[in-house]
Amino acid sequence: MLRDMMANFELYQPTAIDHALNLMNRYGDDGWVLAGGQDSFDWFKDRAKKPRAVIDINGIDDLHGIRETADGIEIGALTTLTEIETSALIKEKYGVLADAARHVASPQIRNAGTIGGNVCQDTRCWYYRYGLDCYRAGGNTCYADTPEGIDREHCLFGADRCIAVSPSDTAPALVALDARMVVVNGDGEKEVQAEDFFIGPDVDIMRMTILQPGDLLKSIVIPNTWAGARFYFEKVAERNTWDFALVNIAAAMKVDNNAISDIRIACGGVACVPLRLTVVEEVVKGSPPNGASADLAASAATRGATPLNYNGFKIPLMESLVKRAIRES
Amino acid sequence: MNTNLSREVVFSDDAAMGRAGMSRRDFIKGIIATGASISAMGYVFGGCAGDMGSAPGAVERLISLNVNGRVRRVDVLPQETLAMTLRYKLGLTGTKLGCDRGECGACTVLVDDVAMYSCSTLTHRVRGRSVVTVEGLEGEDGALHPVQRAFIEELGPQCGFCTPGQVMSAVALLEINPNPTREEARIAMSGNLCRCGAYDNYLNSVMRAAKEAS
Repeated sequence: MLRDMMANFELYQPTAIDHALNLMNRYGDDGWVLAGGQDSFDWFKDRAKKPRAVIDINGIDDLHGIRETADGIEIGALTTLTEIETSALIKEKYGVLADAARHVASPQIRNAGTIGGNVCQDTRCWYYRYGLDCYRAGGNTCYADTPEGIDREHCLFGADRCIAVSPSDTAPALVALDARMVVVNGDGEKEVQAEDFFIGPDVDIMRMTILQPGDLLKSIVIPNTWAGARFYFEKVAERNTWDFALVNIAAAMKVDNNAISDIRIACGGVACVPLRLTVVEEVVKGSPPNGASADLAASAATRGATPLNYNGFKIPLMESLVKRAIRES
Repeated sequence: MNTNLSREVVFSDDAAMGRAGMSRRDFIKGIIATGASISAMGYVFGGCAGDMGSAPGAVERLISLNVNGRVRRVDVLPQETLAMTLRYKLGLTGTKLGCDRGECGACTVLVDDVAMYSCSTLTHRVRGRSVVTVEGLEGEDGALHPVQRAFIEELGPQCGFCTPGQVMSAVALLEINPNPTREEARIAMSGNLCRCGAYDNYLNSVMRAAKEAS
């Protein structure tokens, strides 16, 4: 496999959303929307994906920047992870998102990589990435879920032929913040809850999000609901830089009279979607954020987890992260 | 027998180069460059995309780039990365290609003062922006940049291959944070791998550069 030069493509750099949508419509499946490019170039260099046209949307000003709105903030999809990490507004009100952005990859990748790209990036399953004809690539085999398959990075929940996991660090934070994704296409604009934006193999095995060809993630809206709440983010990876999470966790919590009055908690790296732990939320609501609640939450979190050959370690890891999120938010 | 023969060939090459007033290094570089450009032709110039320029937003191939303060005209393919343009079109080989995957940092350059992996940046993306490579750091009198001097004084590099990238990351850091803590510097430099493991030396270099500038 050629592993350096990208195959030829036509490059378009539209400066308006309408132009981008037109191009996306014209090329359909043969078109590729390029944001920061930090995921795309790997595909192109491996020649595992060979789009005919690449639509570089970076020149569209409407897709950049962080704006304060009446009921929260709106983050343009092309806002870089560095901008999010260093935004005074996000640090002050939605620290969990700044924290998550800070844990993505390396400084140079955060300088180029965007929040939209981070949530839309494809899974890192290396069999799939290698360009094999697995289920996710349209074939009829999973190469990871075999007796010889190396599946230590793969899922605990929601396996359905494919066992790949959500690679994003910011996605669990957005689920915890109850964010909404603004999607545009030729028909107009719609908002989708972050939780519903990500889909598992049971819904569509060849996509990680609800975005269809012709859909563009325009921005992410974070409501005021959780502004200034207690937050927790932690990522455990093999290496501190570059690496994708084995498991990560994001939580937003409100505490009243030493009792958890409300909480949202989501976990990445354990399912194909950033997994919202609703059982944990129910278990700890009304309880004090202490060790006993944390222990209870941890065992509730991993109930129903189905380990594969090599990823059993993710169960105690996930439990530890849930415990810390409850105790230390 | 064979060994003797090849040695003789090398000797006579040396003699030929001496006569032409050419260093061995230049001679070898010439050979490599010729070979590389011939072998790269197929990839770089083969089968260029056809119907461009028709739709709004389609890119022109001949563009102006602002590199190290100079505007340079260059013919850039749609899929060309900045690292390729810098090294193989503009001759700025100080920028290294290590992994070509945005993982090692050897290709780090500054785009509008921000550190970027040039292997993971399309050249068409930096039109109208200012690109600085390691070649652009020296002063007008040819003096090394304070960061480069600090790298030498602290014996930062070992083999040196990752050094241009490390220097660029350090320059980008000191640009926005002239007095970093060691921890801040460590994080800022974390996007650059060093195969020799000279990380502490590099950190010492960054801290020295910050101290000497203040």
